[in-house]
Amino acid sequence: MADVKYTEEHEWIRIEGDVGTIGISQYAQEQLGDVVFVDVPQAGRTVAKGESVAVVESVKAASDIYAPASGEVVEANAALSETPGDVNTDPMGKGWFFKMKLANKAELDGLMDQAAYDAFVKGLG
Amino acid sequence: MSEELKRTPLYDLHRELGARLVPFAGYEMPVQYPTGILAEHAQTRDAAGLFDVSHMGQVRLTAKPGQNAAKALETLVPGDIAGLQPGQQRYTQFTNDAGGILDDLMVTSTGDHLLLVINAACKDADLAHIQKHLSATCEIEPMFSRGLLALQGPQASKALARLVPAVATMTFMTGAFFKIEGADCYVTRSGYTGGDGYEISTPAAATEAIARKLLAQPEVKPIGLGARDSLRLEAGLCLYGHDIDTTTTPVEAVLLWSVGKERRVQGGFPGAAVIQKQIAEGAPRKRVGLLPEGKAIAREGAEIAIGGKIVGKVTSGGFSPTLGRAIAMGYVDKAQSANGTKVDLVVRGKPAPAEIVPMPFVKHAYYRG
Repeated sequence: MADVKYTEEHEWIRIEGDVGTIGISQYAQEQLGDVVFVDVPQAGRTVAKGESVAVVESVKAASDIYAPASGEVVEANAALSETPGDVNTDPMGKGWFFKMKLANKAELDGLMDQAAYDAFVKGLG
Repeated sequence: MSEELKRTPLYDLHRELGARLVPFAGYEMPVQYPTGILAEHAQTRDAAGLFDVSHMGQVRLTAKPGQNAAKALETLVPGDIAGLQPGQQRYTQFTNDAGGILDDLMVTSTGDHLLLVINAACKDADLAHIQKHLSATCEIEPMFSRGLLALQGPQASKALARLVPAVATMTFMTGAFFKIEGADCYVTRSGYTGGDGYEISTPAAATEAIARKLLAQPEVKPIGLGARDSLRLEAGLCLYGHDIDTTTTPVEAVLLWSVGKERRVQGGFPGAAVIQKQIAEGAPRKRVGLLPEGKAIAREGAEIAIGGKIVGKVTSGGFSPTLGRAIAMGYVDKAQSANGTKVDLVVRGKPAPAEIVPMPFVKHAYYRG
C-alpha cells in the first residue's frame, strides 16, 4: 500500500516510488464547501517545497495549494476542469490535483502520517 | 477577545438544521446548511428558499403632528418617497454630502408610517444618522429585535399562499400587514435574489414558529448567506460595503433608476449637487458586469486592465451556479465601460480575458401581476 502523508495545510501526498500524487484532505474539502474550479499546474513545471502551485476555488473563496515537496510536475488532473466536484465527493481519489517527480524524498520526513494527521484535525476542534 | 456575537431569533433553529455558523456583521449567521451552497442556490432558483435576514435593521418612521415623514426622509435619500402610495415599496440610498452612499435601503409606506430595512453592518450608524436629522420631524422607532425572513424562488408564492392566501396577488415592491401563525407580520413582495419572493417582518417571539411553518412546506428549504451572495451577484444586485460605499455615487453605481425623476431636477438630498452634475455630464466611472472567458474566478479587489493599463477594479466576483461559470462586477473608467469591451481581470497576477456585459447575468423574475 502506498504511503500517504499530510501537511498542516491539509494537503495529502501519496508516495509511489519517486512520484507523489497531491490532493486535499476530507477535512479540507468539508471546510471549503462546494468546489467549482481547480487551477492545476502544467506538467513540466518545476516547483519548490512550500511554493503555491494550485488554487482551489469554492463558491465562497479561493485557497492556495502548496507543494508539499520540491520536484517537477509530471501530470495534472485534467478531469477536474469538467468535474471539480470530485474534490468534494472523492478528495483522496478522483479529486487528486497533480503528480510530481520528487527531487528529494527526505523533504517528506516532516509530514504527518494518517494517525498524526487525524490527531491534528481533531485538535482543530 | 472580540465583542460577543449577537444572535437572531432563529439561532437555535440554525443549529438544529446543522448550519455552519460564521460571524457576519456582528451576528452569528448561517453561511450554509449541510446540503451546501450549490444545492441551496439551485433550490432557490428552482423551488423556494427560506433565508434568515433578521440581522438587518428595521426602523419605523412616523410623522410628528403637522409633519410629513416621506418629505422628511427625502432630505436624506434621492428616491421618490413622497410619491409612494400606501403599500408601495421603493429602493433608495442614504447619501453623504459628496454624493457617496452611506447605505442602501428599502422603504415601504403603510399609509400611516414608513418602514425602512437597512443593512446589518450599517444599522447603528444609519439609526444615528436618522435620529440626528429626522428627530424634529419624525418619531423614530428602531425595531432591531424583530425577525426578518426572506422566502424566495418561483414556488415562494405557492408556499406562502398556503398560509396567507392573499399574498398570491401581491405584486413586486408592494407590502401589506398579515397575521401569520397568529402573529402580526408585515409582508413585502421583494427580495435580494432577482427572483420572485417575499420578505416577512415578524415579531421576535413568533419568528421561529413562522420559520418552522414555512420550512414544513414541501417547496421550501433553508438557505444560508453563501447562496444569498451568489444569487444576488447573478441578479446584478449591489452588496453594500463592496459594490457600493461612501466613495461611489448612485450614478457611478448605475442606480440612477432609483433616483426620482423630479428629485434629479429639484435635489434636496445630501450630495445632490455632485449627483446632478454627474447626471448632466456623466460619472467618471461606471459599475459594469464582467464575464470572464475562462474558468478562473476574479474576486473582489482584482484589477481590471486593458492592454496592461489598469482601468478599474472588481468589487464582487464569484461562480454563478445557474450559468456554471465565473461572473463578476466592478467599476471601470467611463471611457472603457461600453458593453462588449474586452478587458483582462488580473487573477493571481495573471490576466484572465473577460468582456463587459449588461447585467443581470440571470434574468430577473419579479412578479408584476
